Amino acid sequence: MITPAVIGLLVFFVYPLLASLWYSFTSYNLMSPPHWIGLRNYTYLFTQDPKVGKAALNTLWFVVFMVPIRIVSALAIAGLLVRVRRARGSWRSVFYLPALVPPVASVVAFVFLFNPGTGPVNRVLHLFGIDGPLWFNDPALAKPSLVLLSVWVMGDIMIIFLASLLDVPRELYEASSLDGANGAQQVVHVTLPHLVPVLVFAGVTGVIAALQYFTEAAVASGVASGKATIGAGAGAAIGYPDDSLLTYAQWIYVRGFGNFQFGYASALAMVLFVVASVLVVFMMRRVGAYTPSEAS
Amino acid sequence: MTDTVVVAPAASLPLRPELRAPRRRRSMGVWVAEHVVLVTLAVLFVAPVVFVVLTSLMPAEQTLSPSIWPTSWEWSNYLEVFRTVPLARWFGNSALYAFGATACMLVSSVPAAYVLAKIRFRGASLLFGAIVVAMLLPPQVTVIPVYVMWSKVHLTGSLLPLILPNLFGDAFSIFLLRQFFLTIPREYTDAARVDGCGEWRTLLQIVVPMARPGIAAAALFSFFRAWNDYFGPLLYTSENQAAWPVSYGLATFRGVHGTDWSITMAMTVLVTVPVILLFLFAQRVFVEGITLTGVKG
Repeated sequence: MITPAVIGLLVFFVYPLLASLWYSFTSYNLMSPPHWIGLRNYTYLFTQDPKVGKAALNTLWFVVFMVPIRIVSALAIAGLLVRVRRARGSWRSVFYLPALVPPVASVVAFVFLFNPGTGPVNRVLHLFGIDGPLWFNDPALAKPSLVLLSVWVMGDIMIIFLASLLDVPRELYEASSLDGANGAQQVVHVTLPHLVPVLVFAGVTGVIAALQYFTEAAVASGVASGKATIGAGAGAAIGYPDDSLLTYAQWIYVRGFGNFQFGYASALAMVLFVVASVLVVFMMRRVGAYTPSEAS
Repeated sequence: MTDTVVVAPAASLPLRPELRAPRRRRSMGVWVAEHVVLVTLAVLFVAPVVFVVLTSLMPAEQTLSPSIWPTSWEWSNYLEVFRTVPLARWFGNSALYAFGATACMLVSSVPAAYVLAKIRFRGASLLFGAIVVAMLLPPQVTVIPVYVMWSKVHLTGSLLPLILPNLFGDAFSIFLLRQFFLTIPREYTDAARVDGCGEWRTLLQIVVPMARPGIAAAALFSFFRAWNDYFGPLLYTSENQAAWPVSYGLATFRGVHGTDWSITMAMTVLVTVPVILLFLFAQRVFVEGITLTGVKG
């Protein structure tokens, strides 16, 4: 019964992992068979590749800023919603539904909303006498614009936080207020400890998602530059503006499928594998805590 | 929007009334402040949808002017999308991808998850560990050899490389289904075995009916993931426009068809509507799934 899944793991996971490792020591372009070049891909990667540093830093930026901002805003909204008594379901829907919008559609929508010439955001800012910035067309603001998008679609983690907040036993609040704790002390000593497992989970899954951040950045670059033909014409818009949205995952794609340097792209992939593995090992310990124990 | 989005995870069922703290009276000021913040945030969250829909109904020239309310309601923008690109075909491709991947996933992953949840065997924890790692690792790590495999059998240029692997189990779905199956008491499956049921019969007649909400959630996640996928179609179909799904077609739309925001927004709405409709049909299942796993597909 489980044989197909075992075959699947071997063919689509174990073998590709080993093959990636092998390719990473070769020069390979799909036309001719891979030939061994030792560590040259890796020395090029760490000493010469003109953009890998930029790509890694951009990805790190998303890990450091997007993940916590998303979590804090989801937590803040869940914290507000948990206090609402009337029409809680409707409020929840308002903040949850954006999470359902397909990522490509949400990016296209945001690039339009924030477009400097005619975008509604800058028009509204104009009403307040503010000259709106270039958003997705400004290298300094393209990444923050994507953070705004990630906050708009934070509904899935917001729902988890909300469930966890509703789960805090009320007796704890009661007991702590009898002991003389004020609201802030209750948040620190009762609410937050209860949320720790969920926060860790959201943090680690968020980091793993950020490490592979690809779609939103690629589509934003394509749509904002007006040259949305990546693929066949890979590279035309990638990273636009000024490589500010070039993520590590995109760089693997460009080197592999834009330049057909499968060996070098595999070396890039192996570095990502090592970084992601460290985080996955950390996370595996947490996953255990989420496996429901058998009811019997 | 109805109020039934409310999640009912087992843990958050209301406590018995006598355990509930007496409702504390909160000051009017706090209530007003909270609601001012909530309403402001709600307006910010809804505004993008309103602007997108309004723009999708504007005459093309108006998108360049500062007025936000359509001067005339151009419902024909939506037809224009179908005239500009082979949208019906792309929708067909998306449906094929989403239904195909989901059907293949169910056939392979339900039995695999059953084995992992209900049968003790050597290597079970190693196998489960491998599935969790496969689920968590970025797809870019393994993408190159997998692409090479598909190009050797000449299936690049189609969506098949994204559908067929689901016949061999999908790590995320197996993980999710196993979580659901674990909540079924072992007495049921043991009793079935004592009565002489084989594993397949135990699975199909005992476990599947009991785990129906979990299986529905896994199917929905799988469907959404396929419908929303961009990286996969970019990799395998970018050079064959006839094989594009709508998500990929939308991403290329503005670059290929000029800067006409009204038509682009109409297409954005068209790509989003099926997902929202599916959600409204199945919202309870969906939200329970998110709450149980902490992950959205």
